[in-house]
Amino acid sequence: MGPLIPSNIIDPSWNNVIALLVGVAFGFILESSGFSSSRKLAGVFYGYDFVVLKVFFTAAITAALGLYYFQYLGWINMSLVYINPTYVASTIVGGVIMGLGFIMGGYCPGTSYCAAGIGKIDAIVFSVAMLFGILIFSEFYPLLEGFYNSGFLGNVTVYEVLGLPVGWFMIILIVVALGAFFVTSLIQDKVKEVDY
Amino acid sequence: MDKSKKYWNPYFGGVMLGLLLLATFYVTGRGLGASGAAKSTVVTVVDAVAPNHAENSAYYSKFISDDKNPMNEWLVFEVIGILAGAFLSGALSGRLKFMVEHSPKITTKSRLVMAALGGLAFGLGSQFARGCTSGAALSGMATLSLAGFISMMAIFGTAYVFAYFFRKFWI
Repeated sequence: MGPLIPSNIIDPSWNNVIALLVGVAFGFILESSGFSSSRKLAGVFYGYDFVVLKVFFTAAITAALGLYYFQYLGWINMSLVYINPTYVASTIVGGVIMGLGFIMGGYCPGTSYCAAGIGKIDAIVFSVAMLFGILIFSEFYPLLEGFYNSGFLGNVTVYEVLGLPVGWFMIILIVVALGAFFVTSLIQDKVKEVDY
Repeated sequence: MDKSKKYWNPYFGGVMLGLLLLATFYVTGRGLGASGAAKSTVVTVVDAVAPNHAENSAYYSKFISDDKNPMNEWLVFEVIGILAGAFLSGALSGRLKFMVEHSPKITTKSRLVMAALGGLAFGLGSQFARGCTSGAALSGMATLSLAGFISMMAIFGTAYVFAYFFRKFWI
């Protein structure tokens, strides 16, 4: 039963090899989907190209549904799967700063590596600048530590917090995604094409 | 644009990315990531340049141990893979080229300045949120974690709110 490495079915010494292979597939899929172009990525914020929304939402739902069925079939032990912890205030502030970074830089970290891989110089600049952003946080950490650890709710899921059964939440998520795909296709038809 | 340079259908790309994410969870128990590798790089450099400072710092010291190089991390290998995978896809589709991509309305220099400011902000924000679009938002949403949904909404919501002010850089 999965997950294979935490359950010791695959020896942890394979970790870095698997990481490399996963990364190659990740980079290949992102580049092939157009995530190596900042102008294509930024289209989601101006309505001329919704590739980010389509790929991101489809991927999240595919993986979430897959995990749900794997658990239902007894193929994966979800107690060994990492659910990222929720620190409300710090996550919101971090998300807001990242949103600003996205609209200014046109990339997020993963897509900047992807674009750097095919030679985009702006992506290399973005990736290097990211290191300085992390350095600033690290140096000011003593001042930020209290805020960083505030509002801790545990490793909770959104359906638990909403008090909904997981299946119902999944259905709502799929309906919202389909609605978003439909509405954005209407918007894209109306927005002036941008050549890039 | 000629046919060889076409991108995948976005829904196909999304399903492929979702299956990769699912397989990663099934094998490793964790999702995908990106900013973590940059953090490992910063920790490694600071530890090499100023080891006393790094070991006394409350943040760096979390990621330093005597028996392991801080670059020997899952996400560092994953990011090396991203570079290789993107290169491979770009090579197969004729998209390999050293260039600065920007709107014709702005100069190369202003594009690079904005890319630097964006990277700086993303690096800073990813530490507050304990992950970026890959690790916190996408992988978080796959496990239906509250943190995943909060970071996704905060990132995209903010970018939409400020899109108007930065429009001249893009359209």
